[in-house]
Amino acid sequence: MTSAPLLRATGLDKAYGPTPALAGADFSLRAGEVVAVMGPSGSGKSTLLHCLAGIVRPDAGTIAYDGRDLTALSDRERSSLRRTDFGFVFQFGQLVPELTCAENVALPLRLNGEKRRAAEARAVAWLARLEVDGVAAKRPGEISGGQGQRVAVARALVTAPRVIFADEPTGALDSLNGERVMSLLTEASRDTGAAVVLVTHEARVAAYSDREIVVRDGRVRDAEWAA
Amino acid sequence: MKLRVWARDLALGARFAVSGGRPGLLRTLLTATGVGFGVALLLLAASLPHMLFQREVRESVRAVDASREVTGPRPDTFRYFDRATTYRDNVVSALLLQPDGDAPPLPPGATAFPRPGEMLLSPALRDLLDSPEGALLRERLPYEVAGTLGKDGLIGPAELRYVAHVDFLDTGNPDGRGERFGWSVPEEPMNAFLILLVVVACVVLLLPVLVFVATAVRFGGEQRDRRLAALRLVGADAPMTRRIAAGESLAGALLGLLVGAGLFAVARQFAGSFTIWDVNAFPSDVVPLPALAALALVTVPVASVVVTLVALRGVAIEPLGVVRASAPRRRRLWWRLLLLAAGAALLVPLMGRVSVTETSIDTVPVVTGTVLFLIGLTTLLPWLVEAGVKRLHTGPVAWQLAVRRLQLSSGTAARAVSGIVVAATGAIALQMLFQAMEKDFTLPTGGDSSRAQIAFGVHGKTFDEARAINARFARTEGVAEAMSVVEAHAWRPGPLEKGRDSAPATPLRVGDCASLREFAALPACRDGDVFVVLAHGAQGGPDDERITAVARAGATVALRDPHPPEDGPEGRPADAPPPLWKLPAGTKTVDSRPDPTGMYQYGVLATPSAVDTGLLGESYAQSVIRLDPAVPDAADRARNTAAAIDPTAWVKDLKDTEVDAAFSSVRTGILVGSTLTMLLVAASLLVTTLEQLRDRKRLLSSLVAFGTRRSTLSWSVLWQTAVPIALGLALAVAGGLGLGVVLLKAGGQQVQDWWVFLPVVGIGAALIALVTLLSLPALWRLMRADGLRTE
Amino acid sequence: MSIGHTLLGLLESGPRHGYDLKRAFDDRFGHDRPLHYGQVYSTMSRLLRNGLVVVDGVEAGGGPERKRYAITEAGITDVAQWLATPEKPEPYLQSTLYTKVVLALLTGRGADGILDAQRSEHLRLMRELTRRKKDGDLADQLICDHALFHLEADLRWLELTAARLDRLAEEVRR
Repeated sequence: MTSAPLLRATGLDKAYGPTPALAGADFSLRAGEVVAVMGPSGSGKSTLLHCLAGIVRPDAGTIAYDGRDLTALSDRERSSLRRTDFGFVFQFGQLVPELTCAENVALPLRLNGEKRRAAEARAVAWLARLEVDGVAAKRPGEISGGQGQRVAVARALVTAPRVIFADEPTGALDSLNGERVMSLLTEASRDTGAAVVLVTHEARVAAYSDREIVVRDGRVRDAEWAA
Repeated sequence: MKLRVWARDLALGARFAVSGGRPGLLRTLLTATGVGFGVALLLLAASLPHMLFQREVRESVRAVDASREVTGPRPDTFRYFDRATTYRDNVVSALLLQPDGDAPPLPPGATAFPRPGEMLLSPALRDLLDSPEGALLRERLPYEVAGTLGKDGLIGPAELRYVAHVDFLDTGNPDGRGERFGWSVPEEPMNAFLILLVVVACVVLLLPVLVFVATAVRFGGEQRDRRLAALRLVGADAPMTRRIAAGESLAGALLGLLVGAGLFAVARQFAGSFTIWDVNAFPSDVVPLPALAALALVTVPVASVVVTLVALRGVAIEPLGVVRASAPRRRRLWWRLLLLAAGAALLVPLMGRVSVTETSIDTVPVVTGTVLFLIGLTTLLPWLVEAGVKRLHTGPVAWQLAVRRLQLSSGTAARAVSGIVVAATGAIALQMLFQAMEKDFTLPTGGDSSRAQIAFGVHGKTFDEARAINARFARTEGVAEAMSVVEAHAWRPGPLEKGRDSAPATPLRVGDCASLREFAALPACRDGDVFVVLAHGAQGGPDDERITAVARAGATVALRDPHPPEDGPEGRPADAPPPLWKLPAGTKTVDSRPDPTGMYQYGVLATPSAVDTGLLGESYAQSVIRLDPAVPDAADRARNTAAAIDPTAWVKDLKDTEVDAAFSSVRTGILVGSTLTMLLVAASLLVTTLEQLRDRKRLLSSLVAFGTRRSTLSWSVLWQTAVPIALGLALAVAGGLGLGVVLLKAGGQQVQDWWVFLPVVGIGAALIALVTLLSLPALWRLMRADGLRTE
Repeated sequence: MSIGHTLLGLLESGPRHGYDLKRAFDDRFGHDRPLHYGQVYSTMSRLLRNGLVVVDGVEAGGGPERKRYAITEAGITDVAQWLATPEKPEPYLQSTLYTKVVLALLTGRGADGILDAQRSEHLRLMRELTRRKKDGDLADQLICDHALFHLEADLRWLELTAARLDRLAEEVRR
């Protein structure tokens, strides 16, 4: 944990219309660590994640990833970076309902130009690792929420990303399924050396992290309180 | 009781439709607009029969009654001449009147009889003459403008027509004498073929409207689902909820009827400003057939209710949400084919039984057959799309996304596209029908417009007068060459053969060598030569023997009828001997060739010095005129000269084929109509696509998050639109050609062109592009990360 | 819960008599357990001894209840340190946390810090429990889950409090 940060953001500002979502947020992530981003709803947690992942360009501030400034990259370059280096798990609504689970998992590989057969073989292997290989041929509408999130985790991991961004990955799950998804996600990411940015408002979920940061009113607060 | 429940629920739904806030109102207005356009088109199509009939009525009401021969001149009789002239590409109809006394009847549309040398103009003609474009025509009408022709004297508001009081008509003119205006009004409005066309057109228009209603029912999917679920939550039972939903679409449909009626009312005001198929009508004549209009007015709202109920069949509306049957029933083929077969079964027996000239057909089997056929085709589409996409293999990601989506919910796509199938099928079938009609009306004239462009003829001229006419034409600006002959006759002199009451005769034409060469292949020609031209019985002409019996080298012929009929026009006393002429011994016999009008002429051709032209009887002066294409309005200048020579002269434009320009405008009309219909379909397709995109906002955003390219998703939208439309068009082409063949065979016609579907397919392709293009901005907007935000 | 720190904190807004302190304490934190006068006097004398308060004045009539106490610089630092120190995560911590939050607000210190510090401390323990759960048997898991859920409840209460801080601040300062 002494290595240089893999992802480092400084002074991020982002406003949607007149309301500021981020106001001078700082963040750093070392390779392989799991960081929980906590804070009340509306505090800018998700916006921070979107900025860090290069989905949203901040109004001000810099984001350095692996020696590159994300804010200086074009949309195309950021898309490409997300395909190759990042993985994503969201709360819900992320699986394409028409595709089978295996096809859903294979999707990022295919977007990277991999052949269908090879991509789906790797997808099935990941599904097996997340203990949901039974749903490979099923469509998202035919499986449970917990299974769906595991499929989503498989999809996030299938490209062997260096950072996984997870936005309330257990938000729509019951405790048991949430625990299971979290332990599978953290274990798998530790095994592959992927760092995880985990946005959650649940302490039990955040407890799977190595450390946590708190976003409040668009600022990231240090855990230490200085009087 | 049951009825009251229905009424209550439908009314409740209708209230939701108009008071459901902005999105609800927007949805209702969208439905109303779509239905409105459809209904307006439908009403216009249904007005066609009455409109055309009304033209015939107007025509016969204003025409001079020629059903009885009017003999002597009386104060209330008149001589008249009814002939049209061409100005540029427009027909200018004319009625020349010359009263016999001081009490002639007023021509329809006139408020006072014009004085000698005056004319009444239709408003359109007056506008034309007042404008610089009409200057050349003004020269042709040497009359004072005395007033305007009213509506009664016109067929349509844009008709070019004048009624003039003239002094040069004699009883020898072809139209003769009249005493009153107005024929009997025709009883049967139209020929059967036209009814067939209108019926097919109406059906073709009505079905897309219904399809649109069916699509509109599904507008606002998620939001409507929530509303319906909320209704269930507060205690409405499932049937009641369905009826309320039906009420919502009923409101849209009823509003659509109002919009449609409004659009129709506006459109008919413009009926006079557009001329399609040479038809241009007074707004008051644009009245839909009551039966067809009633059909539309009843079908649209009823269908909106039925279609909604059917559409909600596979949907369980529960208090906590709307559940769609996850595994839809497999689509069965047999009943779809049955509909198609039933339609064909009704139509096929009609083959050859409908004739163009027949005035009534059994419309019931035609309508039912066509409707069944088209409905069958429409219902075949979902099956075809389902069966089609099942076989599609996955390719690139964009294609995979589109195909998988279609495989999972082919119904939505098929429904939206089914409107295209109907419109395209109908357009193709109608095009085929029209092409057949067009072929009937487009016959080669045999004329050769490279030799001459205008033919002219006038009765009662001597050879010298013909020469003068030729000189006048030759002097006219824009005339490159004028060739004139006088046409008289040569009779065999001597007593009549037994059993005959007239002497054998053959035409005798006198003109210079250049003019004579237009009639026969002359080996060599000098002034003084005479030729006998044989046509070998071509075009139903007489046998060569009949000609040689009168005219051959050395034979003597009479130059006037030696045995004129007692009441004949020849003013010569019957006992005076006719002048005789001996054909020179060197007279050659030659073969006829088609003259510029395409006719094989026969008889005697003589150069001027070969015959004493002063001896010829009253003859017919004929000219053919070659125009200089470089001179603008050359044809109209020549026509002006013709009118100046004699307003009653016969003037004809020579064309290789008689192409009725009318038909190309009908084809344009069909294309425009089907394009409008397909645009309606495209609109619903677009709405469906947009809603579907909006419903998947989250999904799109998350796809973007892990780096999906914009182009990948754009292509997937394109494929998703293109595949069903392509399948639909394939079905429409097959169905349209099939329906067209059956309907053509019913009319005893042949297929003219198997490629009529190409423009329709082109329109379809354009629609794919249009829908995709219009969805892209929304797609890209939705692809922004905002969709990931939970609040 | 530290009565001494609480009374010190109450003194930060200005010198008070002993009985004032008892009333203020009872109003805000006493609820169903009011302080005895004896508790107040013994606590105050301990604070006096430690130099955290001084006697500001004595009113006529004598008696310990007539003494007016004022906080010293050392006292203020002591309160600050106390507030900054997270409590050991344990069930039924609310009263202490509540006291800390209210005092922080009363003394014009931000309460966010208390919450963040506490959350951090809670999470440290929760991480430990999560790790133990992963490695342990079913019984361990159940025990850990029990603790985890309670700790989470604390934190959720903290979050809720944080969300309501503005209103609380208004009420407390009224």
